[in-house]
Amino acid sequence: MKMTAMSLHTITIHEAAVRLARKEISSVDLTRAVLSRIEEVEPRIRAYLALLPEDAFRTAEAADARRRQGKARGPLDGIPLAIKDNLCTRGIETTCASKILKGFVPPYDATVIGKLRAAGAVFVGKTNMDEFAMGSSTENSAFQQTKNPWAQDRIPGGSSGGSAAAVAADACLGALGSDTGGSIRQPAACCGIVGLKPTYGRVSRYGLVAFASSLDQIGPLAKDVEDTALLLAAIGGHDSKDSTSADLPVPNYRAALARGVKGLKVGIPKEYFVEGMDPSVEAAVRVAVRTIEGLGAEAVEVSLPHTEYAIAAYYILATSEASSNLARYDGIKYGFRAEGAKDLLDLYQKTRSEGFGAEVKRRIMLGTYSLSAGYYEAYYRKAQQVRTLIKGDFDRAFERVDVILTPTAPTPAFRLGEKVDDPLQMYLSDIFTISVNLAGIPALSLPCGFSPEGLPIGLQVLGKPFGEETIFRTACAYEQATEWYRRRPPL
Amino acid sequence: MKLTREEVNHVARLARLHFSEEEAERFREQLSAILTYVEKLGELDTTGVEPTSHVLPIRNVFREDAVLPSLPREEALANAPDRTEEFYRVPKIIE
Repeated sequence: MKMTAMSLHTITIHEAAVRLARKEISSVDLTRAVLSRIEEVEPRIRAYLALLPEDAFRTAEAADARRRQGKARGPLDGIPLAIKDNLCTRGIETTCASKILKGFVPPYDATVIGKLRAAGAVFVGKTNMDEFAMGSSTENSAFQQTKNPWAQDRIPGGSSGGSAAAVAADACLGALGSDTGGSIRQPAACCGIVGLKPTYGRVSRYGLVAFASSLDQIGPLAKDVEDTALLLAAIGGHDSKDSTSADLPVPNYRAALARGVKGLKVGIPKEYFVEGMDPSVEAAVRVAVRTIEGLGAEAVEVSLPHTEYAIAAYYILATSEASSNLARYDGIKYGFRAEGAKDLLDLYQKTRSEGFGAEVKRRIMLGTYSLSAGYYEAYYRKAQQVRTLIKGDFDRAFERVDVILTPTAPTPAFRLGEKVDDPLQMYLSDIFTISVNLAGIPALSLPCGFSPEGLPIGLQVLGKPFGEETIFRTACAYEQATEWYRRRPPL
Repeated sequence: MKLTREEVNHVARLARLHFSEEEAERFREQLSAILTYVEKLGELDTTGVEPTSHVLPIRNVFREDAVLPSLPREEALANAPDRTEEFYRVPKIIE
C-alpha cells in the first residue's frame, strides 16, 4: 500500500516498524508527520500538557543513524510515543496535572521510560490526565480540558484521557498510561482504542507518581492489539527498584497473537449486565461474545457475586493509600510552595490547600477519615476483607474459564460537565473496571462497536494473573474478525 | 453516615488541609453521601475473612547490602522552592 507522507501519522507501530526496516520512511519523517498532526488537531483536542519537538527530533535522528549503520534496536526504535504526565522523565517537567507539582523536573527516569529510551522510542510529549490520576473524565486536570476526538462535547475518559485522546486522534503512534481503577481501560473505551492494565507486578512502577500503591499499574494505549503487545513486551519485567515487580520472565507476547480462540473457554459474568447500563453497550458486548463463539471459543456464564461491593471497597482502599502517599507534598523539597506562611504548620496547610484541586482534597479527606482512630476497623479493615472476597470470586471463576468478557464501561463517553458536581456518580461510572485492580489481574479494553450517536464502545477482556498472552490471543482474534479498530474519528 | 462540621475540621487538620466555611460545608455534604454509599459493605458478613493488603504472594524482599551511587546533592536540591547552601529552607520551627 502506497502511503503519502501526509498520512504517515495514521499508521500503527508494527506497520511503521516494517516500513522503517525497509527504509521506505525515516523516523524523522514519522516524527514530523506526528508533530504536524498534533499542530492540526491539538487546538481542538488538547491532549498534551507539554510537547517535546526538540528532544523528539534529536532521538529520531539518532534512531535513523542507528538504522543506517545496521544497528536498529527493534520494533520501537524511532517510534513517536506519548507519555502520561505522572511518569517521571529526567529533565522534563512532570506535573501529574497538579498545581502542586508545577515546575517539578525529575532528576531521574521512571523504569518504563528508561526501557523505552533504550528501545529507541521517541517521546513527542507528556499527556493530560486527572490530577494525580484521580478521576474518570480528565476534567480534574488543573491545567486544561481534553476533548474526546469522536465528539468534542464529550469526555475522553480518565484518568489517562490525554494519552487515549492522543492515540485516537493519531497525534502519536502509541502511549503509556496508568490504571488504578480503570484509568487506562475506560479512556481507551471512550476513545475507541486498545488499552491494557497488566497484572499487578508485571510492570515496574519505579518513577510512577504514586496514587494507590496496592492498585497502581502502568500500561500501554495503542491503535491495535499487536501494538499493545509490543509495548507491554518493552516495558514489562522485574526491577530491583520496585520490590512489588514480579520476578517472572516476559513472554513473547507477539507470538501469542495469532493463536486464535479455538478451544478457549470465555466466561460471561451475569453481574456485569445490570440495570442502568446503556442498551447500545449491552447489545454490542452481546454481539461480540457471539462473534468470539463463532471463532471457536466456548462461552459459559460465570458468577462474580461480590461485584456490587467493589466500588465501595475501592473508594476506601484507594483513598486511604492516596492520603498516605500524598502526605509528601508539603512544599519543602519540590513543587509548589505557598507564600506568606507564618510557621511550618501554616506552610503545610497553605501549600496543600492552594496546590491540590477539589477531587484530590476530597480523596485525601475520605482516606484520612477511613484510617483515623475509631474508624479503621469499620472502613479500612472491612474494605480489605471485601477485597479478599472479590479476589476469591475471580479465583473461582478462572478455575472454569480462560478469560472473562465484560463491557468496559456502562455507557459510552458522557458529556463534559455532566458528573463534575456529583463525585459519587463519577465513581459509579468505574463499576466494571475497579474489581480488576482489587484482584490484581490483567484486563484489556478494545473497540466492539458504536452507539447510535457514533460513540465508541469498549469490550473488556479479563485474564488470570500473568495471563496477558491469553488476553492478547482473544482480543487479536476478535479484532481481526471485526476491524472496528480501523475506524477513525472525524477530525 | 452524616459527618459533622467538627469531624470535617478534625480530619482536615490531620490531613494538613484548610477549608473556607463554604468549602467545609460542601465537603461535609459530599463526604457524607460517599460514606453513606460505602456503608453497603456492612451488609457483608466478613467474620473470619483475612484482609488483603496486597495481591502478590510476596512478603519481604531482600537485597545485598551493597553501596550504590546516590542522587547527587545538587540534583536533589534543584527542585527546592527555597534553599540556602546545601539545605532546604523552611520557616522557623523553634520559637
